[in-house]
Amino acid sequence: MTSARDRILGAIRNNLAAGGRQAEAYPGSGPEPQRAKLPPAGQRALFLRMASQAAATTDVATARAEIPALIAAYLKNHNLPAQIRVAPDPRLTGLDWTSQPLLEVSSGGTDGSHPVSVTGAFSAVAETGTLALTSGAPSPTLLNFLPENHIVVLDAKDLSGSYEDLWAKLKAQYGAEMPRTLNLVTGPSRSGDIEQTILMGAHGPKRLHIILLDEQT
Amino acid sequence: MQSTSHLFKDNVARALVDPNLQQALVHVRTKFIDKRQDAINALPEFEALRDAARDLKNHVLSRLDQYLVQFEENVARHGGQVHWAQTPAEARQTILEICRRANARTVTKGKTMVGEEIGINDHLAANGIEPIETDLGEYIIQLRGETPSHVIAPAVHLTKAQVEETFRKVHTELDPARNLEEPETLLNEARHRLRGRFIVADVGITGANFLIADSGTTTIVTNEGNGDLTQTLPRIHIVLAGIEKIVPSIKDAGLLLRVLARSATGQEMSAYTTFSTGPRRPGDLDGPDEFHVVLLDNGRSKLLGTEFEEMLRCIRCGACLNHCPIYHAVGGHAYGWVYAGPIGAITTPALIGIENATPLPEASSLCGRCESVCPVRIPIPKMLRHWREEAFERRLTGTCARWALALWAALATRPALYRLATGVGARVLRLLAGRRGRFATLPFASAWTKHRDLPAPQGRTFMAQYRSRK
Repeated sequence: MTSARDRILGAIRNNLAAGGRQAEAYPGSGPEPQRAKLPPAGQRALFLRMASQAAATTDVATARAEIPALIAAYLKNHNLPAQIRVAPDPRLTGLDWTSQPLLEVSSGGTDGSHPVSVTGAFSAVAETGTLALTSGAPSPTLLNFLPENHIVVLDAKDLSGSYEDLWAKLKAQYGAEMPRTLNLVTGPSRSGDIEQTILMGAHGPKRLHIILLDEQT
Repeated sequence: MQSTSHLFKDNVARALVDPNLQQALVHVRTKFIDKRQDAINALPEFEALRDAARDLKNHVLSRLDQYLVQFEENVARHGGQVHWAQTPAEARQTILEICRRANARTVTKGKTMVGEEIGINDHLAANGIEPIETDLGEYIIQLRGETPSHVIAPAVHLTKAQVEETFRKVHTELDPARNLEEPETLLNEARHRLRGRFIVADVGITGANFLIADSGTTTIVTNEGNGDLTQTLPRIHIVLAGIEKIVPSIKDAGLLLRVLARSATGQEMSAYTTFSTGPRRPGDLDGPDEFHVVLLDNGRSKLLGTEFEEMLRCIRCGACLNHCPIYHAVGGHAYGWVYAGPIGAITTPALIGIENATPLPEASSLCGRCESVCPVRIPIPKMLRHWREEAFERRLTGTCARWALALWAALATRPALYRLATGVGARVLRLLAGRRGRFATLPFASAWTKHRDLPAPQGRTFMAQYRSRK
């Protein structure tokens, strides 16, 4: 007996041939929206606007050293525990957390017991206010999903205008490979499954806070 | 899944008098349509993107075999495994074997319509493995023993009060007197209960929105994040997808993403779009040890090269359901199988046979709204007509309808006779209607006049008026 693979591929080939179907040339992947074609300053503004539209909150840091204080202030303003799980990424673990003595800082992956995670981002797409998070040793995937609050530090230098820009950055970084997981995250988790009313915090984070590190301004 | 598509008329009769369903369907008519329109107004390139999406899918279908082979190679290159299934039974068997090898006791599930197509939940349960739906809507209907009534909003047929009632009945460990008035409370209750199930599951099964050939990547799109927990926490991730889900590269997935969420929920992007390539890698702190992709044909390949091929472009956004006057009136369950609405009315006959779904292509006024909103421009009304023709040719259409059509054809192909008959008919009806100008009952048309009056012709026929004014 032939394998299911051979039967399926055989059926595809036979039916295409029987219908006189010619192989069509690759037609391209469509136009790149005009809205995404902006100089860097415009991209940053568009990103912040689109991320807010998707119900994320945003802050801008003008120096890396400001980040711990911004995070502490965010947690206080939202009455959240002063307890963060930081991705094992040297750019984050290397920050001067001792400047915030009330903040309890640990680093690593998560089993769901951490209320707040802090992660970096590979890139983000201004076109739709979307974060691009790649998995790897310094960036475990579950930090993006299990904690109720997710804080993301995004370096403005890594921002992409359009998806086309993001795909090019991925290629430059990873070559022909892909990271095991690429998460495109647009706002916090939500569900509309009860009477089509949008509720935040279905299974992933209830809050998504983005700190845009913009050292040029 | 067992089909009741052949009982469409009975299903409809029940749906029309179901007060909960009718109350719930109001949300489809209003919310989805406005949100989609707002999103499209904000993107001037939308129509050009629809053209590009159509052309891309046509290209892929014309070389489907090559792209599938390329996808398989690239999944293997990253340490994953592709399994081919020509029938639902083969797909069920493959998944069961993977679960058994892992000694799986519970399986969490992201939303998968192909899973409904092959009836995976019943099969796992029958073999002692508990399937747990994790999408909020899917979780609710699983508790109620129901099937999805909408491709992206599986519980859209239910009211909040029904969800509350279900949770009280099933979540018996919680205080029966608790307040579930706010929808947030219902959501939190489900979140809390499911969190524990996510952590202990042995296998996670998700569907796929796209399969990317040149990297062996699968893609899921969700708003809740349930798909991500489903595929990251258990030791084994199984992706279940139809063979038509292939795209050449990630930038082509990007094209389809630009039209998908806007057409579906009116979002610019859904909250989570996740690209998965193979199992956990050295140094990773999380992710599955095994990555399996089950590719299902189930009759899709036989549509290639036929007048029905274009339905394989579907990206399952649900826009055609949201805009269909029939769906608005009867909801999804009336269609009797996995896929509801206009796309269901053309897909169901293709996958389970027109002889088992004869009434579905008739369930349309051919108004064309479905085609006008389809992000990949599937000519759904044309295909409904193809199915009607096929049903007629195969003598599946009822005797009465066949006689009526034969009579109509005899008239319509003889212009002189047609004008004579319609001219006489118009005058007779006008006389009979008298001053009222309409009929509350008519012989042979009681099913129609039961719900509305038939207006009487107001004057001479169109042709007669046209001639006199020329």
